[in-house]
Amino acid sequence: MIAHAIVFYIFSLIAIVSAIMVTVSKNTVNSVFFLILDFISISCLFIMIGAEFLGMIMLIVYVGAVAVLFLFVVMMLNVAQQKNEWFNSSGRSSHIPVGLLVSIIIFFELIIVIGGWKYKPDLLDSITIEINTDLTNTQSLGSVIYTDYIHLFQLSGMVLLVAMIGAIVLTFRQRSGVKRQSYFKQISRDRKDGIELVEVENNKGVKIDA
Amino acid sequence: MLSIGLGHYLTLAAIIFTIGIVGIFLNRKNIIVILMSIELILLAVNINLVSFSIFINDLSGQVFTLFILTVAAAEAAIGLAIIVVYYRNSGTIRVEEIDRLKG
Repeated sequence: MIAHAIVFYIFSLIAIVSAIMVTVSKNTVNSVFFLILDFISISCLFIMIGAEFLGMIMLIVYVGAVAVLFLFVVMMLNVAQQKNEWFNSSGRSSHIPVGLLVSIIIFFELIIVIGGWKYKPDLLDSITIEINTDLTNTQSLGSVIYTDYIHLFQLSGMVLLVAMIGAIVLTFRQRSGVKRQSYFKQISRDRKDGIELVEVENNKGVKIDA
Repeated sequence: MLSIGLGHYLTLAAIIFTIGIVGIFLNRKNIIVILMSIELILLAVNINLVSFSIFINDLSGQVFTLFILTVAAAEAAIGLAIIVVYYRNSGTIRVEEIDRLKG
């Protein structure tokens, strides 16, 4: 129990500090690195409380794909040098005190809700899919996703497909002045256009492209 | 203090959620950092769902976390594509200079 508490506090401290560093870091590349650290510590917490599959998926999807995507974009746009300095930005705008005020209010509202919250008495009757401790986490998730939630699962696949096509269409750029291969022209050539047999008279050349 | 319950995880999620909101409000320089703050907020929501799912012994929270993960990945990809296109057209992604709609 004590080991669990110590590990929880260590990982959550790392997560909170790196989340703060994501927002205040001067360099955008450093922000991405702290985002990766945040995802890793949260996925360690997930694995610790028994959601192993989600922890691992978090590592694969977020650290392996999303964070690296962010890193690519940051490096491609060359914005790492644009300093991310909201602390000492010009004093004319009033967004810093208002933003801090709103954030603090949101935080205290969340804390009040957590502190004063109780289970509904009939909560245990409303549990739809009870966790079976005989199966592993991955097994039990798989047995639910592919049966009860199959439509949502397929729909999330469609969401990913639409996102992929959308990203490609958005960033696709037709460059002008670049010679490209035209497959249609290439395939629709036939022997008649390609070869011409001519009788060459003596002392006269052949006119090409006449 | 030493026995970690649901409240600890919810508090952690609330702190990370608030940090994400602070990042959105106070960032005036770089729109990529705003996208990263949105990722932080979604992460906090995932922590909430997973910890509820574990502590009340119901698997559907983890299923929904999986779907939120999918949507978050799609959103990040589309958002970054839009940012790339905007940078190509206007040469900047500083939040202060994105004022074409005069908002």
